[in-house]
Amino acid sequence: MNFVHHVGVTALDQLRGWGHAAFFFLELLRALPASLRRFGIVVHQIHAIGNRSLVIIMASGLAVGFVLALQMYYALAAYGAAESLGLIVNLSLVRELGPVVTALLFAGRAGTSLTAEIGLMKAGEQLSAMELMAVDPKVRVLAPRLIAGIVSMPILAVLFSAVGIMGAYVVAVLLIGVDAGNFWSIQQTGVDVWRDVGNGLVKSVVFGVICTVVALYQGYETEATPEGVAYATTRTVVISSLWILGMDFVLTALMFTAP
Amino acid sequence: MGKRGIETLVGMFVLLGMGALTFLALQAANLGSMTGGDTYTVQARFDNIGGLKPRAPVRSAGVLVGRVKVIGLDSTIFQGVVTLEIERDYKFPKDTAAKILTAGLLGDQYVGLLAGGDDADLASGDTIAQTQSAVVLENLIGQFITGQAEGGGSAAPATEAPK
Repeated sequence: MNFVHHVGVTALDQLRGWGHAAFFFLELLRALPASLRRFGIVVHQIHAIGNRSLVIIMASGLAVGFVLALQMYYALAAYGAAESLGLIVNLSLVRELGPVVTALLFAGRAGTSLTAEIGLMKAGEQLSAMELMAVDPKVRVLAPRLIAGIVSMPILAVLFSAVGIMGAYVVAVLLIGVDAGNFWSIQQTGVDVWRDVGNGLVKSVVFGVICTVVALYQGYETEATPEGVAYATTRTVVISSLWILGMDFVLTALMFTAP
Repeated sequence: MGKRGIETLVGMFVLLGMGALTFLALQAANLGSMTGGDTYTVQARFDNIGGLKPRAPVRSAGVLVGRVKVIGLDSTIFQGVVTLEIERDYKFPKDTAAKILTAGLLGDQYVGLLAGGDDADLASGDTIAQTQSAVVLENLIGQFITGQAEGGGSAAPATEAPK
């Protein structure tokens, strides 16, 4: 009996948590138009979470491009198809790795700092103080960060892919000696702007929403203690990563299964 | 850092993103080579379209002249109806023949146009009369094996004889 009771309570708690998060998301959406009127804050936040993630994203993109090109060449050279290297690197970056790896890095680099910032604001009762002064913290603090996240993520993902392809170019053409004309022309015939680049962009926008909303929610609902903030920061990374990987599967199934 | 400095940096960030997107679209995808609106469509019916896909290239003498727009099935005569989108700059005679060919041995399939000698040109909405279906590799292998079995009976001893 005690066990059944325990399971029931856990399930109900979980359900209530989901509902709570959904309401939080809706309220955040409702606060978006109002926060757009104070565009200065949004610009400031894009600088904080977009510009400052630039170095790690571009370095990772370059490394992924290098390594993909090296490994793919090893496999493709066996079939005499080394020219297709550019196409394979391009498609895997633009469709999958660009959006997903960028989102995972973004959760680690920007998501954690958002959670810690909002969590400490809550612990220091700054959010309550704002409410007392009739300033809605969702409009003043949370919504601008959400917009900044949604704007920054696609830009970062596109940069990741572009830098990765340039990295593959360096390895394939300059180091290995694949023909440069073939390297680009196979990509130009095999990669479709709307199907591949466009869908990759849609993915990164979705991941931007997921990462930022999870980070903001965890910060906003944190326990107002040092341990609480630490837990919330960890949960941000774990939950966003799982959501990103899960949503990526769903989006890939929707976007790329048609012939 | 001042407010203006941050705004400049964010502007640079957005500009960098735009630049990367342009690079992806033009240099690493097909936006640069896309046929711009000026096309006309003709139809061709095939007994078997093989592995032809929408957006497959249409070539004449190996030169890209258009793309496959839609593939459908005419359910009265059970033939595949392939709608081709050909660039307006390229005119073909009315008696042009269409074939489904394969790039390389196992490559992607495309439609090849072989120009005829008619004075009138194909116009938008016309149907190409002469078509040749895709070569289905399984059928070809099947024919080869039956051919071997029939002709091979007499040929086999002849090759062994010089031994």
